[in-house]
Amino acid sequence: MNYSSFLQMQEELSLLVVIVILLIYDIFAGEKSLRFFQPVAIVLFSIHTILNCIPHHPFEIAGGMYHYVPMLTYVKTILNLGTLIIFLQSQHWLNGEESINRRGEFYFLTLSTLFGMYIMLSAGHFLLFIIGIETASIPMATLVAFNKYTHKSAEAGAKYILSSVFASGLSLFGISMIYGTTGTLYFDDLSGLLNGTPIELMAFVFFVVGLFFKISLVPFHLWTPDVYEGAPTNITSYLSVVSKGSAVFVLFTLFIKVFGNMIDQWQAILYGIIIISITLANLFAIRQQNMKRFLAFSSISQAGYLLLGVISGSATGMSSLVYYLLVYMFSNLAIFGVVSVIEDRTGKINIRDYNALYSTNPKLSMVMALALFSLAGIPPFAGFFSKFFIFSAAFQKGFYILVLIALINTIVSLYYYLLVVRAMFFNTNDHPVESIKSDVSLKISLIICTVAILLIGGFSVVYQQIALLGFGI
Amino acid sequence: MGEFFSKLFSGTIPLEAYIVVSLIMFFSGIYGFLSRKSLLMILISIELILNSIDINFAVFNRYLYPGNMEGFFFALFTIAISACETAVAIAIVINIYRNLNNVEVDSMTELREPSANETEIKEVNE
Repeated sequence: MNYSSFLQMQEELSLLVVIVILLIYDIFAGEKSLRFFQPVAIVLFSIHTILNCIPHHPFEIAGGMYHYVPMLTYVKTILNLGTLIIFLQSQHWLNGEESINRRGEFYFLTLSTLFGMYIMLSAGHFLLFIIGIETASIPMATLVAFNKYTHKSAEAGAKYILSSVFASGLSLFGISMIYGTTGTLYFDDLSGLLNGTPIELMAFVFFVVGLFFKISLVPFHLWTPDVYEGAPTNITSYLSVVSKGSAVFVLFTLFIKVFGNMIDQWQAILYGIIIISITLANLFAIRQQNMKRFLAFSSISQAGYLLLGVISGSATGMSSLVYYLLVYMFSNLAIFGVVSVIEDRTGKINIRDYNALYSTNPKLSMVMALALFSLAGIPPFAGFFSKFFIFSAAFQKGFYILVLIALINTIVSLYYYLLVVRAMFFNTNDHPVESIKSDVSLKISLIICTVAILLIGGFSVVYQQIALLGFGI
Repeated sequence: MGEFFSKLFSGTIPLEAYIVVSLIMFFSGIYGFLSRKSLLMILISIELILNSIDINFAVFNRYLYPGNMEGFFFALFTIAISACETAVAIAIVINIYRNLNNVEVDSMTELREPSANETEIKEVNE
């Protein structure tokens, strides 16, 4: 067998190199040189990000088990950027007393989940797909339970792993039925063989439950607020951006490539799921007191908006989805950056604690307000353009009522995002959060996010570049 | 039905018999997952689900598509994956046991949706 074809998987290989170098460094370096562990990790990972951001020619290896298309480079770069920003934001938390001895683990575990997502994105066979999705979700459970001295974290970890294993069990059952009816598991072969017979439809429903669980859409969302609240805040942001984004993209590729013949059935399923995810999550978000629970429900409704790109099933849908992912990542990470720094320094997490934040921390509250406006989709910011593109993609395919419902929900979401803004700027508070001096890495990450939110919308180059590849799956 | 039983007693086990066994395992796993109160029992229920999938793959491969080995390989990988999952889940359950001294689902009440009157009480206290 010729192993040299594996050298073509350059993204996976370079990520593996980063993981191995960090592992060796963490195990064998002395106490003194370990002080540079975090800067080294960030520099290595940035090098990896930069090296892999240029798309190259599509190819297949292992008989189509692994396949690469240029669009994947963009998605992987978005995931890399998100991870990099989270690394920058978690510096202070990792240097804390409780987690300083385990900071190495944080990096390997995060990068292993990222590796799993790479595999999942590039898979051309259900076996590789399942291995990827599990490689992404098993280390994720350990990350959720990372603060091992707090009970909340362990409880969240248990809830995450039990429900994620249950969901992947259902998913595997669906795959076994697909294998039973078609006799193959290669995506390329399956697309012609699946016709939407009743047993295949059942298999399909079982299978997508596992993915819907990862994206946390409404009937399968019950784990989300609990896990988001219990996990360390930086892990929460990783869950809500990177893990969710990769799963949505994979959902799109699978629906087009494997279940292309069943387009009427899956559009009907998505239609209902989008409406209830957006509406229910918005209504629940209004009554939340805890900032992390609030953001959990906000991310559920954002996932509903992401699916608007999937339901169109067109090239425009694909490029607007990737663009939405990019903008959603920057906006959400800016908010989580502020929330994590406030929780890390003062331990305050309720929305009520954010009252009069502007009087003590004007810069942080400005960043947060910008990001909230972008999430809500107010015009000059990037969030408006991403919502516009994704709505027009669904509109083109004739989902008029669905887009109308989504638009009405945008107004509801504007209400609860503005609740936080009002708390920060207009409410009074006897004991506001004291003035926080943020560290350099956090500043850098927040500046990157703010600049991206302000500029991505204005520069059409970004969207054009993504749209150029169009249907690259 | 008559054909099914005649096959069953003539020495070759029909495909349907395996499917019935695996379906019973699968749905009793789901029932156990939803109804059991102990984290360990929930884990065992999940194992039932995953094992029923292994049976499915092996049987489909053996009876319907004997030419290639795809199903057997998938079953092998599923076993490996389920072992990993159990290892991590057990580690987390042990962590919970250290905090609570039991592993009952009912005692894990720290993370939940605040009920309406609870929020009011908080507001009154402040």
